[in-house]
Amino acid sequence: MELRERAREHPAGVAFGVIGLIALGLVLAYSLHDVAQASLNGLTLGTIYALGAVGLTLVYGILRLVNFAHGDFLTFGAYMAFLVNVTWGLPLAAAIVFGMAATAVLGLLSERLMWAPMRRKGAGFLQLLLMSIGLAFVIRSVVQWFWGTEIRTLDVNVVDSITFLGLRIGQTELLVVVVGIAVLAAVAAVVRFTMLGRRMRALSDDISLAEVAGIDTRRVILYTWLFAGALAGLAGALAGALTNLRPELGFELLLPIFAAVILGGIGNPFGALVAGLVLGVVIEMSTLVVEPRWKVTFGFVALIIALIIRPQGIFGKAKGV
Amino acid sequence: MTELLPLAVSFEAFTDVGFWSGVLVTAGIYTVVALGLQLNVGYTGIVNFGQAGFMAVGGYTMAILVLEAGFSFWLALPLAVLATMAFGVLIGLPALRLRADYFAIVTLAMAEVVRLVAQNAQGLTGGNKGLYCEFEGVNQTCFDDAWKSLSNPFLDWVEGFWPDVDPLFPLLLVVWGTVVIGIFALNYIQRTPWGRVLRAIREDEDAARALGKNTLLYELQSLAISAMFGALAGFFLALFLTTIQPDDYEPIVTFYAFGVLVLGGLASYKGVAIGAILLWTLLEGMRFVELPITEERTAALRFALVGLVLILLMAFRPQGLFGKKEEMVLGR
Repeated sequence: MELRERAREHPAGVAFGVIGLIALGLVLAYSLHDVAQASLNGLTLGTIYALGAVGLTLVYGILRLVNFAHGDFLTFGAYMAFLVNVTWGLPLAAAIVFGMAATAVLGLLSERLMWAPMRRKGAGFLQLLLMSIGLAFVIRSVVQWFWGTEIRTLDVNVVDSITFLGLRIGQTELLVVVVGIAVLAAVAAVVRFTMLGRRMRALSDDISLAEVAGIDTRRVILYTWLFAGALAGLAGALAGALTNLRPELGFELLLPIFAAVILGGIGNPFGALVAGLVLGVVIEMSTLVVEPRWKVTFGFVALIIALIIRPQGIFGKAKGV
Repeated sequence: MTELLPLAVSFEAFTDVGFWSGVLVTAGIYTVVALGLQLNVGYTGIVNFGQAGFMAVGGYTMAILVLEAGFSFWLALPLAVLATMAFGVLIGLPALRLRADYFAIVTLAMAEVVRLVAQNAQGLTGGNKGLYCEFEGVNQTCFDDAWKSLSNPFLDWVEGFWPDVDPLFPLLLVVWGTVVIGIFALNYIQRTPWGRVLRAIREDEDAARALGKNTLLYELQSLAISAMFGALAGFFLALFLTTIQPDDYEPIVTFYAFGVLVLGGLASYKGVAIGAILLWTLLEGMRFVELPITEERTAALRFALVGLVLILLMAFRPQGLFGKKEEMVLGR
């Protein structure tokens, strides 16, 4: 009984304990090498999820907006990177930066033109949700208008790989992990230590209280969109580099990203970050047990189960779920 | 694009029987889907994003029962409806305890799981190729044989006095017959005490519970009925396309149905039918506006149209065409 209560107080600890035990079981059943390789692959995937989830959770937590267009923000970022990298022939780094900047502008524009006026009207959750679906359609139509539905690739090295302690990682994968983790660490630092980060967390906790406390909420909201857009653009560009570009790229990533947001506790950027990475690793580990074609399904089933068992997430506080 | 041709609209299309048959069958199928949504979203206040999943469960169960288990088509239909309703209850039992936004995400994830299972369980569902016919040597059984053996003689009979009749005519009658019966039935149950409890849940779930109503039970029933409409729409879509493939049940189907729902207006069943006809006339009609653009770009324009319909309606007329503003709960 006492153990159960203690477990309830430390859900994150329990989650990691369970995952650790599963990993241990897998090591015994397969081999350390296989599990480590799967984890490494999972880290690549998890980086994309985490980058997408941090922005989505901030928007969700602060604006109470379930942004279904977030996936298409990723798509937009990827195609903007494609424009610079392939059409204009500039280096990948420039392309990624441009993709981030363009998507950040898209986020700010959507705030200015849609979300801010709708909040002033006092729009409800379903109204905003349906609007975000509308925005997703519009973004996808723009992408499809200019680039069509054919599959495109960024100019990246997909052949060479690096072997380290017997583990193989492709050059592009390594790039994704290094850039992604570096940016995530920077974001975590900003959210944790800067004034802006503290204000964001305050808004996410209780926006009217934050307003009463004298925080310029309008400004913080704009920064939130800047953050969310840039991170989505980066996630999209990296996802495009990792595989390829197609108009459904972002939408296909949206549900796992939502899973990370919910598991991390809505409005909690650290939670989303960790949950995104963990989700990627768990999904890749599942390929040791089930055929790889089932791994996406596995991710969604994990989301449903997690929501039903613990809707407030592993880092969230129970608060009206 | 080398030169910009002047915009040419051939109005001939709008007098074409084939054009209207296609539009009306599609609009009818979407009406059936969205009637379920209307019951859930407009009258019970539960935001169900899993309608495409229910369509897939209905369609696949029917086809599997006919092709793999050798059931008769007419027995497979009610069994598949029951299976879909049971599936709805199974999802609803844990998920309806969640907040509205979580429920939306869970049902969407559920629909995707259904589609992905259909895609990957190749032995049962035929994978990406989907289900249509079973071949045994030269003999083939298709899931819609029983339907065709009934609809083809009927079509021949109609052709006797209406030579231009479209082959879709029998399906069109069945779909719109279902719509009319559905609208009457739903409007009727909405006036019963049961329907009033649903409205009470929509307005204030806690208050309904405080009055001693088992709100979860009512919500489950609402979801199960919605799943039934999903299953029916799944059958009609399968008969319309003559195949059942995972791609036909993407989340986009649910999103389009939401477009139909908000265009017609929340808390109005007849609005759903009119919204569906309007939206699909627009979407299909775009094909006949001869823009100097490729097929892909026309598809892109259709996305833009649905997107703009959703955005502009939500911004300027959230009650849609026939919705009642005072009956509209767009989330608390």
